[in-house]
Amino acid sequence: MVIDIKEKERKVNSHKKRVNLIFKEHDIDKLIEKVLKTEPEKIIDEIKDSGLRGRGGAGFPTWIKLKGAREAKSDIKYVVCNADEGEPGTFKDREIIEKKAEKILAGMMAVAKAIGAKEGIIYLRAEYNYLIDGLQKKIDVFNKKLEDMKFDFTVFIKSGSGAYVCGEETSLLESLEGKRGEARNKPPYPAQEGYLGKPTVINNVETLVYAALIMLDGAECFKKLGTMSSKGAKVFSVSGDTDIPGIYEIEMGMTLKEFAELFGDSNTKAVQVGGASGFCVPRSKFEETVIGFEGVPTGGSMMLFSDKRSMYNILHNYLEFFVEESCGQCTPCRVGCQQLLKGIESIKAKEKSKKYIDELLELAKNMKITAKCGLGQSVCNPFISIVENFREEIVY
Amino acid sequence: MTEINIVKDAVKKHGRKRESLMPVLQEIVKQENYLSEERLMEIAKEFDLSSAEVYGVATFYSFLPVKPMGENVIKVCQTIVCDMKGKEAVLDAIKDKLNIVPGQTSADGKFSLMAVNCIGQCSNAPAMLVNDKPYINLTYENVVKIIDEYQS
Ligand SMILES: Cc1cc2nc3c(=O)[nH]c(=O)nc-3n(C[C@H](O)[C@H](O)[C@H](O)COP(=O)(O)O)c2cc1C
Ligand code: SF4
Ligand code: FES
Repeated sequence: MVIDIKEKERKVNSHKKRVNLIFKEHDIDKLIEKVLKTEPEKIIDEIKDSGLRGRGGAGFPTWIKLKGAREAKSDIKYVVCNADEGEPGTFKDREIIEKKAEKILAGMMAVAKAIGAKEGIIYLRAEYNYLIDGLQKKIDVFNKKLEDMKFDFTVFIKSGSGAYVCGEETSLLESLEGKRGEARNKPPYPAQEGYLGKPTVINNVETLVYAALIMLDGAECFKKLGTMSSKGAKVFSVSGDTDIPGIYEIEMGMTLKEFAELFGDSNTKAVQVGGASGFCVPRSKFEETVIGFEGVPTGGSMMLFSDKRSMYNILHNYLEFFVEESCGQCTPCRVGCQQLLKGIESIKAKEKSKKYIDELLELAKNMKITAKCGLGQSVCNPFISIVENFREEIVY
Repeated sequence: MTEINIVKDAVKKHGRKRESLMPVLQEIVKQENYLSEERLMEIAKEFDLSSAEVYGVATFYSFLPVKPMGENVIKVCQTIVCDMKGKEAVLDAIKDKLNIVPGQTSADGKFSLMAVNCIGQCSNAPAMLVNDKPYINLTYENVVKIIDEYQS
């Protein structure tokens, strides 16, 4: 067994798509100097050229946000680092914060320079409060360094208080402003009207680190990796039924078949790609499924399920999660999540007929169109992918 | 005497602009483990907000309790990976040691138990936080030991 695990780790670490950018040693001072010397337009151009897209899940091209915030007219602008990392099965931002916080700060500095912001805020989930002391020390050093270099930019930490929805960018802004974390309507987008109504760029921890590395080594080092629509690499959080759970940085565009060969075994029944709000892919579709924006996107959460797991229990657990985390602001999500949960329970208890599942599928599809924010809109991803691929486990 | 000033102290530290509300609420919870009605009213006054508004903010967040909590708050992850990897054993150990289930506080007021969602320790599931500190790779036995440590 031990040998087996060693062998598996060796196989993963020597795989041709395995890379090491984020956790590599880099010369941070050189990086800061480079950012300092680069013109704002050039920063945006370099990031555009790299093809970098958001690593928080939605995959929005990073340069467009930068350009938007740069062009927005305001003396005050903000950079926000989204370290709320609440998606079930995701823990890569935690590891980056623990090990490579300087690179996150350098990435925030690059964004600040690009858009003309003087303040940066790291919104850290409360579950990671134990990291605050270590992180604050690094921020103090960084802030001092910039001050000495006469670059006007200061970073602060703000803590969350245990609400998954606050990872959604506009809920996060509400929370930063001392309000209930209820999503805003978009537009206006944060790049136009964000924190305190000022132009704000919000990026995931990992996105900021890649932005920093692109500043240091140029767009080429990033865009030579990955596929046409999914450039670069990504840090994956691997958990569930695998002998080698953990954090792995891998080039974009791997198929789930390759992934399951590395991390799973012959008993791997399905992989949940993108956390509870992502897609459940059954083994029969591993070969055709590409991990990336052209296939199944993911913020990094990869949960493996072996054939001894009940898909009913898994779906039930997700739905309980959504019922608890729905902010309750809009009806489709507040009531929809509850109805989906109650629905599968009553089919199981035989209080409802098997056909009722089709009504629930319709409801899930409706939520995608009518819910106000990404939370309610994405409940259909796990719901539909599990029910359609494992119908016999949900409806006996 | 110090107790009376706890809200004022927090406001002094964090400011009384609206965006300082969360840090102030968090500060009070850190010190008193929950937000009592008096504190909420004091805070509302400091921020020039209605107490309903402040209450509304606090109750939105699961880590800003408005009901008394024990000295130590145990937060056991109930999300899928921990669920698959033995969350039940963790809850059983806590039940056997402290006679509480999620949502309850032990009779001596030393421990409260919450079931929470993914705490970002999934590669070492099951996991829990005691106050801010994470504990990973939990089993019935090591949870018993951890509680013993907090009891002594
Ligand atoms: C319910 C919900 C939760 C989210 N949680 C996070 C999160 O924890 N971290 C994150 O970076 N993005 C999260 N997002 C995505 C953010 O809204 C936003 O797209 C992202 O922070 C943008 O950064 P990026 O472009 O660098 O990915 C969440 C979105 C939704 C709808
Ligand atoms: S979709 Fe859900 S989480 Fe989003 S605003 Fe509506 S109720 Fe709140
Ligand atoms: S599922 Fe329990 S820590 Fe992530």
